Amino acid sequence: MPIHLKIVTAEREIFADDVDLVSAPTRDGRVGILPRHAPLLTILTSGELDIVKDGVRTPFAVSGGFMEVLPTKITILADTVERADEIDEARAQQAVRLAEEGRAAAQSERDMELAEAKLRKEMARLQVARLKEISRRQGR
Amino acid sequence: MASSREIKRRIRSVKNVGQITRAMEMVAASKMRRAQRNVLATRPYADSMRDLIGDLNSRVVGAARKGTLLEVKPDTGRVALIVVTPDRGLAGSLSSNVLRRVGRFIIEQQELGRTVDTYAYGKKGRDFLARSGQNLKAEAIRLGDTPKLDRILGVATAALSRVGSGEYSEVYLVYSEFVNTLVQRPQLKKLIPVEAPAESGSSRLDFTYEPDQEELLAELLPRYVETQIYQAILESIASFYSAQMVAMRNATKSAKDLARELTLSFNKARQAAITKEVSEISSGAAALSDG
Repeated sequence: MPIHLKIVTAEREIFADDVDLVSAPTRDGRVGILPRHAPLLTILTSGELDIVKDGVRTPFAVSGGFMEVLPTKITILADTVERADEIDEARAQQAVRLAEEGRAAAQSERDMELAEAKLRKEMARLQVARLKEISRRQGR
Repeated sequence: MASSREIKRRIRSVKNVGQITRAMEMVAASKMRRAQRNVLATRPYADSMRDLIGDLNSRVVGAARKGTLLEVKPDTGRVALIVVTPDRGLAGSLSSNVLRRVGRFIIEQQELGRTVDTYAYGKKGRDFLARSGQNLKAEAIRLGDTPKLDRILGVATAALSRVGSGEYSEVYLVYSEFVNTLVQRPQLKKLIPVEAPAESGSSRLDFTYEPDQEELLAELLPRYVETQIYQAILESIASFYSAQMVAMRNATKSAKDLARELTLSFNKARQAAITKEVSEISSGAAALSDG
């Protein structure tokens, strides 16, 4: 019995389909949601968001947001989401480097926090991109 | 009747105006399509957010609301109004409809003995508020056709922080809702305290909150308000291009009609001049042969 998942960002709807499992990074750790999960409302952090449908795993990189789990549907309101195969690894690496430089240059505490959040987000993207690469090689 | 040279000059200028309005109509039409796509693309997020808040609002009761944006605060005699308008004109009555709504709102609030602080997105609203001497606290203009969320947050944060400090008891938002290409409607919304949309029926479910309800509300509610403002700005942009396209189409049509009328009177004047000349010659010839 699959569960309906909808992923939206402020700019557009990313994903809407029935899925068998959602694994999401929350602020208190990773949670896996199967159908008939108890109602839950939680804050997402940056990391890898996995969706499994018919045994096929689709990884996404998410930068934060909210997830609402209801008996029949899951809604993810994400700040930004990217499908793993849309991430270019070289560019993600470049973005991580830039974010590190940004953190080194941060003056105030607020700048520091922003830079760190950005760095975490970019690291998550890079990680997701690499995982995708690995699973592709194993698939061969 | 005006001289034919004068009419000719007017025809030329009317045709030029017609060409310009026609070009503007086409530019507006293509930008409108993109702006409309943007509005439709962001509606799922705004709708999901509204559903979520609706669910939450019906479950969070009593003391848990305290200190959040859900809390209905005692009247402080001061409210904030966020005005979203386009930056430019030539879009029919779009801006003035929104601004009329703004004026009415300010008067209503003043009758209740409240002071209204205003925040402006878009040049038309900014100019109106500055000109009419309202307390304009913050403004953001020239946002472009596809503003990014982080570009618009400054003004919103300025208003929200004064809610946090207890200065405002209520915050309102005025913008032009995009209904379709021909219809745009000025909308006034109460942003804070956050009002529940219709209940969705999940209120009796036993919910788990992670990390906890308090922290969730503190994160979720400001985000909800930002989303509403962002959506309002996109609606306003889509409304603007739709209204401009329609206004320019009408202007092009009027220019065409006017040019046709002027051409007609030009031809009449020319015909009259020829007739006059012919009759002068023929009467002159008749006078000669009579003599």
